Amino acid sequence: MAETILLEIVTPVRLMRAQEVHLAVLPGEGGNLGVLPQHAPLLSSLRPGTIDIHDDRMKVVDQIFVEQGFVDVTPERCTVLAEEAIPVSDIGRDYAEERLKRATDALMIAETFGARQGAERELRVAEAMVAAVDAYHKRRQE
Amino acid sequence: MPSLKDLRNRINSVKSTQKITSAMKMVAASKLKKAEIAAAEGRPYAERMERMLADLIATMPNRTVAPMLLAGTGKEDAVMLVVVGSDRGLCGGYNNNVLREARRQIVELTRQGRSVKLLCVGRKASDSLRRDHRDRIVDTLENVTRDGADYAPARDLARRLRTMFGDGEFDVCYLIYNRFKSAVAYEVTVKQIIPFPEPQVAVGGEGGRIGIEDARFSSATYDLEPSEDQLLGALLPANVAVQVFGSLLESYASEQGARMTAMDNATRNAGEMIEKLTLTYNRTRQAAITTELVEIISGAEAL
Repeated sequence: MAETILLEIVTPVRLMRAQEVHLAVLPGEGGNLGVLPQHAPLLSSLRPGTIDIHDDRMKVVDQIFVEQGFVDVTPERCTVLAEEAIPVSDIGRDYAEERLKRATDALMIAETFGARQGAERELRVAEAMVAAVDAYHKRRQE
Repeated sequence: MPSLKDLRNRINSVKSTQKITSAMKMVAASKLKKAEIAAAEGRPYAERMERMLADLIATMPNRTVAPMLLAGTGKEDAVMLVVVGSDRGLCGGYNNNVLREARRQIVELTRQGRSVKLLCVGRKASDSLRRDHRDRIVDTLENVTRDGADYAPARDLARRLRTMFGDGEFDVCYLIYNRFKSAVAYEVTVKQIIPFPEPQVAVGGEGGRIGIEDARFSSATYDLEPSEDQLLGALLPANVAVQVFGSLLESYASEQGARMTAMDNATRNAGEMIEKLTLTYNRTRQAAITTELVEIISGAEAL
């Protein structure tokens, strides 16, 4: 059995990652998805959250925040399509909070249904981003 | 016969034009490099998106419940053409290429009795189409690709198209744009984006049936989460945005390539012009000197 699976993280502007991983945990729409090599074929949508990349001793070595997207898993590869992907270590706490604040404000003044929908979506992303940054720093301190 | 002063002025003006065109060529060349990389980096996303959709659609034998973006409205009466041109000129045949194809499509579709609407990207496209198809133009987007293509405007445009489609303003939507091939070559491409063109399932098998059976078998093993309807509902709109974005990337790269080539030609032509003018200038000067000499000599002889 293959020991690793090819994880691809693709955004509209570039192929962000293409690396062999031992385990990737993805923020699936209906709960976290752990993807090991030889995973059964799966198509799923993703909620805003972090992708945890694990090494062979099942330690998290990398975390990438994705802003909603899709995943296509076959036994050999795991392709993540996300509109935006950014390593959690690159996100500033200030940036995440600023975004959360802006999203909250936007939701308050949203009048049309479309604007409200957009603001709600943005709020979800911002909340997840703040949570991701917090979790990242907490883990770093331990 | 132009005077020496006129010729000198003429030469200077051509020289300054040459400086401008050669500067524009340099600028286009550096932008082209960036645009080429951007276009290449944008392709993986579009490819994978298409593969995913094809996999997913193959799992749906029951087409009656398919979303409109896939199944269409059941008619093909109203057609929306999204014509992607540039905001600025001086880029050779870049815009004309797209516009010629757009006009051809308009004539062809009208002949088939369908109504055509136009959405122009880039000022040059609408400036030209406004002359003969003013009432078909729904709107014009300007400055979309000012310094390279961004995803955000593509997403907004896609959202707008989806809303219009949802409101029944059109049944089919095509993108007309220049696909980038190399710095000196691009190709007009017409691509259907709404409804999603059905993937050619029958690749291997002869006669569609075997192919479809195969596809169904291979995709039957896919687990879907949350449900195929919800997945399709999310993937199809995203795909429209990606297709639009892809066309912007390709167009922008083609535009820079076209401008670079056009400006290179212009610089070379200016060089030739300068050579010719300089030759005339020297001849005229020499002729004047000769005339003066002859006058002096014949004057001296007369004494």
